[in-house]
Amino acid sequence: MKKMQLSSLSKIALLITGLLFFGALFVPMWQIQLEAPQYPEGLTLRLHANKIGGDVEIINGLNHYIGMATLHTENFFEFTVLPYVFGAFALISIVLIWVAKRKAVLIFLITYAVFIVLAAVDFYRWNYEYGHNLDPNAAIRVPGMAYQPPLIGYKQLLNFGAYSIPDTGGWMMTAAGVLLFLVVLKEYKFNKNTES
Amino acid sequence: MKTFKTAEIIELPNSGGNHSSPFITENTEYVVAGTRFSVPPDYANGDVAINTYKENFKGHISFVKVGKEGEMDLAFQIVTPGVNFDLSHAGKGKSHGWFFFSCYNTEQANTLLEVNASQRDKDFIMAVNWKKAEEYIKAGKGKKQTVKYAHNKWNEKTHTATSVMKNEVLVLDAAALKDICYMIPCPKSPHGCDVDPSGEYIVGSGKLAALIPVFSFDKLMGAIKDKKFEGDYGGIPVVKYEAALHGEVQKPGLGPLHTEFDGKGNAYTTFFVSSEVVKWDIKSLKVLDRVPTYYSVGHLCIPGGDSKKPFGKYLIAYNKITKDRYLPTGPELAQSAQIFDISGDKMQLILDFPTIGEPHYAQAAPAELIRNNGQLKFYKIADNNHPFVAKGEKEAKVVRKGNRVDVYMTSIRSHFAPDNIEGIKVGDEVYFHVTNLEQDWDVPHGFAIKGADNGELLIMPGETTTLKWLPKKTGMYPMYCTDFCSALHQEMQGYVRVSPAGSNVPLTWSVGTNLPKATK
Repeated sequence: MKKMQLSSLSKIALLITGLLFFGALFVPMWQIQLEAPQYPEGLTLRLHANKIGGDVEIINGLNHYIGMATLHTENFFEFTVLPYVFGAFALISIVLIWVAKRKAVLIFLITYAVFIVLAAVDFYRWNYEYGHNLDPNAAIRVPGMAYQPPLIGYKQLLNFGAYSIPDTGGWMMTAAGVLLFLVVLKEYKFNKNTES
Repeated sequence: MKTFKTAEIIELPNSGGNHSSPFITENTEYVVAGTRFSVPPDYANGDVAINTYKENFKGHISFVKVGKEGEMDLAFQIVTPGVNFDLSHAGKGKSHGWFFFSCYNTEQANTLLEVNASQRDKDFIMAVNWKKAEEYIKAGKGKKQTVKYAHNKWNEKTHTATSVMKNEVLVLDAAALKDICYMIPCPKSPHGCDVDPSGEYIVGSGKLAALIPVFSFDKLMGAIKDKKFEGDYGGIPVVKYEAALHGEVQKPGLGPLHTEFDGKGNAYTTFFVSSEVVKWDIKSLKVLDRVPTYYSVGHLCIPGGDSKKPFGKYLIAYNKITKDRYLPTGPELAQSAQIFDISGDKMQLILDFPTIGEPHYAQAAPAELIRNNGQLKFYKIADNNHPFVAKGEKEAKVVRKGNRVDVYMTSIRSHFAPDNIEGIKVGDEVYFHVTNLEQDWDVPHGFAIKGADNGELLIMPGETTTLKWLPKKTGMYPMYCTDFCSALHQEMQGYVRVSPAGSNVPLTWSVGTNLPKATK
């Protein structure tokens, strides 16, 4: 039935979405920026789809003072899985252009939203683990102190101010999500003569 | 200018003390040097009576070629009559291709120069046509003389230096060739020899003169062409004073030493005896302003002040006498300096500051030239090719070969590996090769050990440096980091146990594991 097919505008939006998911494979998705008086140049941890990047080596060098474990890409299974997930999202977006059914787009949008929630929970879990599971023999011990970075936003951790915010890839994924949402909105709300 | 480290040292043969150096030609074709003290050349017999100065002592000026990456090579020397060489500057613009050296002691005195080298009313500025000298070298007119001099270079990859002995140098004879050097008479025991930004005016500052002669390059060229000479000095033609002179600055002050320029047609000369800096117009030779310095200024520095395009806003006066300028610190005092704002018509004192020294030449430039010059923040440990590098704590070890012991040590915030070493014996020759494993900006580590006969080490991130240590007594020797590196810098220490010669304490090394035996 023609009325359940997607408009050309929506197809273009899906194409852009696909490209955004694909592009997010090559740039960092998330960053934790650390600011301290003796680092006027700043320190940044960058999380890519497939590795931990940025100043991770320098940050690892500092972790042992507070008893925090060092960060290594190989300790997180997420970095082996995420590239395939993003790739799949990109592929699905492109395939949806041919499938051209608005219900399919809606299902994809819901799937993507669930993925985001799971990712946030997973990120929170790791932040908690690394921030609380401290070596009791650490040189600097502040009673009751934990070094859990914020999920998103700002938090002061001893002499460091930590900003947890999206990086380029994160913004691309956000844009992709917004585009998907707009497609669903357009197809459901503005095409009144339809069923389901 | 990336690492601010000494990269190369070249010795100069046939020379006794390097003065009139290092001054460079306009495009850094050459760095020149002049021997301050004339001596018999290295390729002649130096075992002669001192009062045979006039017969046996010669002056040599050196032209060191500079390569693209800054490598130096002594291209040639010019041998001159025996005088003292003081300062020099390259010609610029129209006078590019020429170099000017101030000479004193043309009396050729060998004793009590204070009196004997101040007899003649005029000494000389020696004008050297180095482009012509280059042509003579190309034409094979340089004589190969046998000498010995060292050329040392630092290798950034191996963090060590190599030393090569060179054994010959090409020498041109100024007196024989007749057209590479010319003497311009200059009152009186000249010191400064400065070329203005246009390259046309050459200012001679005679330490004992009461005026400043300013020579004109155009007139000098004319005088040479028309052979306006008044005899020769040791075979070198002497140009007539008035034929080369642009004019004299009258009654500027007492004891002129150095001149620099602001690029606006003004010259600034320091006066040691009357303790002032005097500003004068180059073309009209009129004195425009004078300021006192505290006390007895020697050198001055205007950013880019001896280049074609001075940056001109400030002048730093470096003084020779401090006396009561700052708080007293006994007979030995800090050096004194003042900064003047010279952007207006009159010079304004803006800062008076104690400094180290004795301050001589200084160059200044706008911060941008140095800030964005690709400064190195740390050495990449992967590129470290030092023969005794340890690229990680797993590579740390102690190796004995007879009585030579090599300690491959690493340093990282905040411990050394190894930090407990036993089995060293009196009479050993111990080399500590310390590698700084940090790969971050501004995290050097130091290293010192009790009983070392030389200075401590300061090791940059990614670098390896070696300290030689000769234990002379049995006992316990602490070692530690001598550069505050971290919150736990005070804990960055270790011990070396030295046993008597011939003892059989085994050689062991470790960090973190050498714990006390459990008590029963």
